[in-house]
Amino acid sequence: MFFPISHTHVSPIYLVVVGFLIGVLGGFFGVGGSFIAGPALRLVGVDWNFAVGTDLAHIVGKSVVAAKRHRALGNVDLRLGLIMALGTIGGAEVGAQLIEVFKRAGNVNFVVSVVSIVIYLGISSFMLWESWKTLARSKRSTARKSKTPAGKSDDSAFQHVTKAIQRWRIPPMISLPVSGVTISLWIILLVAFVGGLCSGFLGGGAGYIRMPSMVYVLGIPTHLAVGTDLFEIIISASYGTFTHAIKGNVDILIALVMNTGAAVGAQLGAISTQYFAGPKIRLAFVPLPLIGAAIVIYTMFSGHKL
Amino acid sequence: MSQRSKTAVRRTLRAFAFELVIYAALVTGYFFAVLHFLGGWLVQLETQHIRVYAVVAILLILGQAVVLEAVTTGLMRLLRGGRSE
Repeated sequence: MFFPISHTHVSPIYLVVVGFLIGVLGGFFGVGGSFIAGPALRLVGVDWNFAVGTDLAHIVGKSVVAAKRHRALGNVDLRLGLIMALGTIGGAEVGAQLIEVFKRAGNVNFVVSVVSIVIYLGISSFMLWESWKTLARSKRSTARKSKTPAGKSDDSAFQHVTKAIQRWRIPPMISLPVSGVTISLWIILLVAFVGGLCSGFLGGGAGYIRMPSMVYVLGIPTHLAVGTDLFEIIISASYGTFTHAIKGNVDILIALVMNTGAAVGAQLGAISTQYFAGPKIRLAFVPLPLIGAAIVIYTMFSGHKL
Repeated sequence: MSQRSKTAVRRTLRAFAFELVIYAALVTGYFFAVLHFLGGWLVQLETQHIRVYAVVAILLILGQAVVLEAVTTGLMRLLRGGRSE
């Protein structure tokens, strides 16, 4: 099928399958999946600028489907999502400006590659350690106590640090009854800003950093972090789509085709979350940033732009 | 895995496969009908009115997502006897 906006020939079946896979990941983990979608579009000859912009447009559609499903399951904190969207947009702008600074210095590719490898490996290692420790601890306590249903149960070996952060009383304090947390507005904005910074600097929706930081820094239960992150991605990715579209980087026809597969995948992923406890979802998340790191390392050493 | 949960998984997978077939037929029709007619207009917008194109692009992807979510939820309800998950 010929897509006249980006002047590329791509099989619609390929796009639907890629959309489906990313939809499953997005619905289950609350990530945009740009680290897979970008290279997948590059692989079939879509120019890099179109791959980035079109991927963002596709993320908007997929996140709407997954967030609606998560909302039906009671996994979306709308108040938190709206506050975070403000910080994310601010961070994304600063990230984009930083890119311009490094572009002028002539070392943008090297800096972005090194920073992304460090961040991806850091997140994976930390989440592997934390979820492993939490699962081992809950196994011990389950053996001692009576059986408890897995369902949406959540626990974290990092909880003492999260509790300490929640005790910082920097006004205004924001009450989030859906998440069961009261926390300073500034901490929420800071977490969102860092997520936005990563999104603007490294590309994509940056769900790989926002979802874990919602769990570990803000103390949001994993299921709610996944659903709220998706809701927040709708707003920030829409903004990103608009800015990329006016630069001529979005082939909306490709995004619409990908979205047909993503709609089914996202529903499947979102529904699957209710069968897994929080620490298991976090443990299953570990390979995702590693895939991102592997792609960056490959492009660094081979010189190929996937 | 107990016999009951095996049957439930089998029923879910069968419903999902059936759902995919119906969905694939709908999507194929959608490609050839809607995208074919929209293609020319969108290319024209992209080259002549880029800001309008940006707004239309977001509205299209949001609109399609809402419709697809309703279609998939409806299909799930239909095939699983009133349950959507």
